[in-house]
Amino acid sequence: MNILKMGPGKAGLLATGLAAAVSFAAPANAADEVVMAVPTFLTGAGAPAFGVPARNGAEVIIEAINKGKLPAPYNNSGKGLAGRQIKAVIYDESGGGVKQVAEFRNKVQKQGVDLFVGYISSGTCAAITPVAEELKMLTIFPICGTPRIFEEINKTPKYVFRTMGHATADGVAEALYVKANMPGVKGYTGINQNYAWGQDSWRDFDLAMKQLMPSVPASDKAQWPKIFSGQYGAEISALMLSKEKLVHSSLWGGDLEAFIFQGSARGLFRKKDVLFSVADTSVYRLGKKAPFGSILGARGPYGIFAAGVDTPLNNWFRKVYIDRYSVPPVGGSYQAAQGVLAAKYAYDAAAKANGGKFPNKDQVIAALEGATYQGIAAPVHMNRSNGHQAATKHMIGVLQWDKEAGEPIMTKVTEFGPDCVMPPPGVNGTEWLKGGMKGAKC
Amino acid sequence: MQELIVILVDGLVFSSYLFMVAVGLTVIFGVMKILNVTHGSFYAFGAYMSATLIGAYYKTDWPEFGGFLAIFAAALIVGVFFGIILERGLLRFLYHRDEHIIVLATFAMFLVLEDVLLLIWGTDPYFAFEPMSLLGSVDIVDLTFDVYSLTLIGLAAIVGLGLWLGLTKTKWGKLLLAVIFDREISQAMGINVTVVFTVTFVIGAIMGALGGAYIAPTISVSPGIGVEVIVLAFAVVVIGGMGSIPGAMIGALLVGISRAAAVHKFPEIELFVIYAIMAIVLAVRPEGLFAPAQARKI
Amino acid sequence: MRHVDKTVTGLTIAFAVLFLADFFMAEWVRFIGLQSLARGAVALGLLVLWRTGLVSFGHALYFGIGAYAAAMLTLIGYHDAFFLVFAGTLASGVLAFLLGFLLRRYRAIFFALLNMAFSMILYGVIVKTEELGSTDGFSLHPPTFLGYAPQGEAVQTTLFIFTLVFTYIVTVGVHLYLKTTLGGMSMAVRENEIRVEYLGYSAEKVIHVKYVFSGLVAGFGGAIMALAIGQVDPDSMANWNVSGEFVFITILSGIGNVGATYIGALVFELIRTYAFEYAPQIWQFILGGSLLAIIMFLPDGIWSLVDRLRKSEG
Repeated sequence: MNILKMGPGKAGLLATGLAAAVSFAAPANAADEVVMAVPTFLTGAGAPAFGVPARNGAEVIIEAINKGKLPAPYNNSGKGLAGRQIKAVIYDESGGGVKQVAEFRNKVQKQGVDLFVGYISSGTCAAITPVAEELKMLTIFPICGTPRIFEEINKTPKYVFRTMGHATADGVAEALYVKANMPGVKGYTGINQNYAWGQDSWRDFDLAMKQLMPSVPASDKAQWPKIFSGQYGAEISALMLSKEKLVHSSLWGGDLEAFIFQGSARGLFRKKDVLFSVADTSVYRLGKKAPFGSILGARGPYGIFAAGVDTPLNNWFRKVYIDRYSVPPVGGSYQAAQGVLAAKYAYDAAAKANGGKFPNKDQVIAALEGATYQGIAAPVHMNRSNGHQAATKHMIGVLQWDKEAGEPIMTKVTEFGPDCVMPPPGVNGTEWLKGGMKGAKC
Repeated sequence: MQELIVILVDGLVFSSYLFMVAVGLTVIFGVMKILNVTHGSFYAFGAYMSATLIGAYYKTDWPEFGGFLAIFAAALIVGVFFGIILERGLLRFLYHRDEHIIVLATFAMFLVLEDVLLLIWGTDPYFAFEPMSLLGSVDIVDLTFDVYSLTLIGLAAIVGLGLWLGLTKTKWGKLLLAVIFDREISQAMGINVTVVFTVTFVIGAIMGALGGAYIAPTISVSPGIGVEVIVLAFAVVVIGGMGSIPGAMIGALLVGISRAAAVHKFPEIELFVIYAIMAIVLAVRPEGLFAPAQARKI
Repeated sequence: MRHVDKTVTGLTIAFAVLFLADFFMAEWVRFIGLQSLARGAVALGLLVLWRTGLVSFGHALYFGIGAYAAAMLTLIGYHDAFFLVFAGTLASGVLAFLLGFLLRRYRAIFFALLNMAFSMILYGVIVKTEELGSTDGFSLHPPTFLGYAPQGEAVQTTLFIFTLVFTYIVTVGVHLYLKTTLGGMSMAVRENEIRVEYLGYSAEKVIHVKYVFSGLVAGFGGAIMALAIGQVDPDSMANWNVSGEFVFITILSGIGNVGATYIGALVFELIRTYAFEYAPQIWQFILGGSLLAIIMFLPDGIWSLVDRLRKSEG
């Protein structure tokens, strides 16, 4: 056929031929390795706060696993996952849930990925969950805030795991902390980004407060700046004029940092008690500019809260991380590392149960379901949602500057047990909060 | 009363921010009829360059107030460099094409520059708070404001007035007005439209970069800041009338003060204020509030 | 018999080939194909508008409405693909019909931006609606097809055929419409609206009809996308850069041929997929660079390659 004589009809044929040609490209991976896809924010606003620290944390652990250099309790577990080297495929999580679903399929069907350890945004995790179950792909979410994943989207997961607590735990821990440490508080207001995470964070904190301190009213003028707006002049004025002294905020990343610069210049943090639920992402970076005296959380025992944990694993992790990236690991680094460790634990445990032979997917899943394994700085209990949702302890404290060490530290830290802040197995978080948090073991 | 004054001050600061973000876009559209999406990149590069230069400046022991020069230097460097490269290297080949194609070309350029930004500066944010700390704070009706943000009002006024005077009172400005009114006739009358275009584009680029450079000390200069200002700047320019400098000013004031009022009175609806104003203005007066009259050609 | 329409022949062959290929395609290829058909449908609507000289920078509005309408129906228990896609298409069509009364009065960049303004209002509404998951969006159950409820890979296979059939009908329909007098009027409106009016046609009506049509197909694309992905969220479906991508695909395809929009959409997906895979940190650079290259060197889109080849042959 002379290609130059082609009419539209044949051009249509050519196009379909093109598609057909691509479809023969089959994934080619070596048999003795495990291909682990690690999606995380490499571009956009999520990159500096979560994405890049998470990638760095994952890289440190993957490298150590491949070389067999993890310290106790993983020191005698050989190299790789059940003896096979990890081939990490790190890629960008930007672009929204729909695009990530498309990319997930590509990675599974085109690149032959064996498991996923990644995703940061609640939106992406929510979108990925049904596809992962449909494609029967072992997927470990190390981060993600939304409780909806196992409460609404899939109540009986088989292939999807999450290795950290969800946003309900943040709200409960914060409210418990306020009740214990600020009994005289007369009201509270908030500033949260106007998108899913901000709305969820405020709702859970608000619900928990209504249960724990029913006489303390919420402001009807909580602030809802657009996400990534970066300009908070009017919001800061409104907060400073409001009569409530306590301000709840789930701002993160660049928005958080801009808010802190603009608020500090106007004395906001002297006048108000601000409670930041994820500000640990920025404390090291802000250095002396951080809002000392503010209440901080890191969504669990991560980042700055883990700075003083003296275990071989944590000491090793901090040292390697700081040597390599010259900044201390933050929440995202710990959480991603914890997600990769779940894979390490599960593959090794499954191999052991399989008489030392490399386990199949179902065996790996069985090993991780309901397990308790050692995270970087605290144990992780996979004991919610049929053993697919983790519960860990939670920590809240007050940020201060340590003059001697020349770095920020947490003071007045309160620890909350996993069964204190996470809803009991099988209970919906919002209903649990509304019903007075029955069964919480504090 | 206190709240009213605070709304006014907050509104003015935000309006000035909007004006600084939008003015470069309106200058370029006014003269060249190009809706320049790359404007977002000018803003972002201006902010990064400003943060870098400010950082470098405060490592020296030169007088503290000199740091402000770094802001303007950053805007000039970025504006001139990208203005010339983009106009001479890309846009001039597209002038004869459909206006939508040109918009899309600037959109493509924006995507490219977003990643160039990452390649140059990486993903870690840059801080440049020194100029803001330096100016301290002031109390207005018992509420503390930071002086740096208030200076934004002055800067916006100077830039707005300067551009307006430059356009209406100088010979150069009159040439520009002639080109705006009718490009072909101007060319026939001997105006060098090519030079006018290049100069306009560079001025617009400097303005875009100046917006970012001046805001840099108050924010965390990090990935993604460029994309946020694009929609904002579009909205302001559309409301005010595309290509009109007084229009951009009125549009910025309208949005800025409405938004401040919403934040203080009805924070739940803050997100909609800008789009609602844009939709209403467009529905009632689609050319925008201050659009220059168009000759109808048959 | 009248002479054979080459475009219809081409579309029919492509339809038949793709229909058969559905049974052999690798899953990820089918998935890219599905997305290309969905995005191509929106581009088809833009092409029809473009022929009258109008470009919309806000068609994510209709794409989003189509997707959300279909997805919201699944929340109240409707799962039939025929019904969902019909409802999504219709919802967008109705909105386009209503907004059309306002929009048909505007031209050039004002038309483009007014569309964008409306799309951003929809975006704001979705973000503010916590019941719909705000920015997280929500996910859908796999659809059923007139009682047939496929499982696993069969969902995509069936959906592909389903989409293919409707796409084929719509595309051939558009092609035939564009050859009618009213359809042919678009080029005339673009060239000189006032003269069209003097001829006794209402330019506004011509535009309104095309606008409603473009809304319908964009809604169709959105509903298909929602079913294909099994997820809706505002950032991937209603944000301004999504509208930008649709215009990108239209320019990539060129406005010469209705079938070209799907090839353009496919090329777009492939560029993005491979850029994502091989250059995870600079994929935007590659996407933007490709777009620039096409604008500079292939000003009339991919289809002009075919035309050029044919001409050089004589």
